[in-house]
Amino acid sequence: MAERYSSFQSGGRMWLLQRITAAFLLVVLAFHFFLLHFVHHADEVSFLASSARMEQISYYSLMILFLVTATFHGVNGVYNALVNQGLTGTKRTVIKWTLVAASAVLILQGVRTANAWAGIGLY
Amino acid sequence: MSQSYNRGLIEDFSRWREFEAGMWAWIFHKFTGWVLIGYLFTHIAVLSTGIPAAGAGEAAIMAGEDVYTQTIVSLESLLLVRLLEVGLLAVAVFHMLNGTRLLLVDLGVGLDAQDKSFYASLILTGAITVASVPTFIAGAF
Repeated sequence: MAERYSSFQSGGRMWLLQRITAAFLLVVLAFHFFLLHFVHHADEVSFLASSARMEQISYYSLMILFLVTATFHGVNGVYNALVNQGLTGTKRTVIKWTLVAASAVLILQGVRTANAWAGIGLY
Repeated sequence: MSQSYNRGLIEDFSRWREFEAGMWAWIFHKFTGWVLIGYLFTHIAVLSTGIPAAGAGEAAIMAGEDVYTQTIVSLESLLLVRLLEVGLLAVAVFHMLNGTRLLLVDLGVGLDAQDKSFYASLILTGAITVASVPTFIAGAF
């Protein structure tokens, strides 16, 4: 039987979430790059154009989901990398909660920015 | 039957001369992952200039004189930023292609050809990056 070779603990909830977010991000990141570099161009960026996109509820929802999944996937990836390097004990707990706090700040700031563009009062 | 497999300390990078394709894929995936999460924090920080910009008058926004538009336009006028964007694209494309390879291997597809699919990821990353250079550099000169 083929030996399983993976850095992650198979079967765990975080392991599965890392892969589900990966599949989602593959599609949305490709869309993001394509829309903002090939359909529109980097030197054409303006508050008005960003605002016009973000005022559409479908685009706004997709970008919020993009922000949350990318943050989870990235920060969980960092945590996994550190655990693979031998992070244990109190250090592991401290770093885990620091990463959780950094994620919360990132998501909050991202939502505030999206709200500012979408004309939603909460920012 | 489940077996234990002594893979040694794979995190010991001093063994790099012994690494095979799969190990390089693992290292590149990790490196590109670190770059991407670092970029995500930077990206949101820069985009956050949209928050004060929203408070600027309508006239300033219409004229593109708000802090968000000005920040992005200034950054995009720098050739260095455009080149870094090409680098970011290369990093993102590799992470996506190699990530697809990992998802497939996790689903039991292509384990026997995992070295070939790593080389294919590298070649495709190079091709997509080179093909994107004109679009990413347009207007920088």
